[in-house]
Amino acid sequence: MLDKIFDSPQAALADVRDGATVLIGGFGGAGVPDELIDVLVAQGAKDLTIVNNNAGNGEIGVAALLKVGRVRKIICSYPRQVDSHHFQALYRAGKIELEIVPQGTLSERMRAAGAGIGGFYTPTGYGTDLAKGKETRVINGKGHVLESPLAGDVALVKAEKGDRWGNLVYRKSARNFGPTMATAAKCTVVQVYEIVELGALDPEVIVTPGIYVTRVVKVPRKETGNRVAGGVTQGISGRAAAGR
Amino acid sequence: MSYAKLTRDEIARRIAQDIPEGGYVNLGIGMPTLVANHLPKDREIFLHSENGILGMGPAPAKGAEDWDLINAGKEPVTLLTGGAYFHHTDSFAMMRGGHLDIAVLGAFQVSVTGDLANWSTGGDAIPAVGGAMDLAVGAKNVWVMMEHLTKEGRSKIVDRCTYPLTGVGVVKRVYTDLAVIEVTARGLMARDLVPGLAFEELQRLTGVPLLPSGVQAGAKKVSAKSV
Repeated sequence: MLDKIFDSPQAALADVRDGATVLIGGFGGAGVPDELIDVLVAQGAKDLTIVNNNAGNGEIGVAALLKVGRVRKIICSYPRQVDSHHFQALYRAGKIELEIVPQGTLSERMRAAGAGIGGFYTPTGYGTDLAKGKETRVINGKGHVLESPLAGDVALVKAEKGDRWGNLVYRKSARNFGPTMATAAKCTVVQVYEIVELGALDPEVIVTPGIYVTRVVKVPRKETGNRVAGGVTQGISGRAAAGR
Repeated sequence: MSYAKLTRDEIARRIAQDIPEGGYVNLGIGMPTLVANHLPKDREIFLHSENGILGMGPAPAKGAEDWDLINAGKEPVTLLTGGAYFHHTDSFAMMRGGHLDIAVLGAFQVSVTGDLANWSTGGDAIPAVGGAMDLAVGAKNVWVMMEHLTKEGRSKIVDRCTYPLTGVGVVKRVYTDLAVIEVTARGLMARDLVPGLAFEELQRLTGVPLLPSGVQAGAKKVSAKSV
């Protein structure tokens, strides 16, 4: 009987190794696998490469990993937030490597990894500093940049419900990077609030089919609250920047 | 003759009035989010949020926030009846694939050829791009919402951007607190100058050559169905 349910997040993350590339879901406070990240902090793996949209906020989640010095490199789209102080301190001290990737390219690179695509040409970033050193090509009159797949050793994903085969549904905008990251790692570990019987999830609405999922762990539902203070996580206020 | 600059809300209202029925629209964070407050009530307009929402509604009432339902600025929002959720890769495919009719973005600078600089001021600032470059190349119409001049009084409409580029030749139209500027094959065309502002004065403030309104420059009205 196939059962991907693990009893504890500790057991589900026991084999994460030093030097691993870890894809971590979440956008702002939504969809962040907080409990799994806490366990990764305690587990002690170091020299990690973290792939996340941001570079940690406040003291929890990715910020906690940064604070204890476990991260060698971060690949993200938007690290410049007013409460990303742990990242900023490490970056200013030259203690962390940063790779900035446009958000859609970040997501698509992981999609490519999960879909067995060896790279893709995207118009995003053409003619900008982020395309420097990259192969380019004009396709149908529009400049494109060659981007490479981005795979993880481990993905940490938050979903709403899962079953023992690893089928998942998400909740509202907490879905964000989860479904793509789940496809792009050798070992995808998912935290859910509810484990349901096989067949309980409508096959027409399953977002991530179990084939992409390695382990499922139930975590207690927290009081819904603002994990990251809304206004605090925005880009530097008063700036015209459209990015985030 | 004296003139008054538009407030941010007045610019937002002007932009909102130009968004057609049925338009799929992404509003960048910062100033462009104000446009949402001025959308005409008699039009069905679909707001897209990069983190996987179409049909995004206004902020919830105090106490009714759901932190699984946030916008690109990480603030709580609502979903309109008929709205949909999807994952990040799909969301950005919508942008790059040309499915959005309009993206309204803030900017540090826009060049005469429609180059956009809005993600970095260079120097030793920590680089952070988010979804800006994807929106810039993907939306059918990139409209910029910004103040015409910097705090120091320099034009933000420039011959060549000195800040790092977000996209090359992507901006179609600029809404400022002084005028609306169309980026056309023949150059920049200024129209809808604020009352009391003479074209010559706008030209002096802007520094780069402008065509006066009334000169046919091939600018066409945006419709949701136009390519």
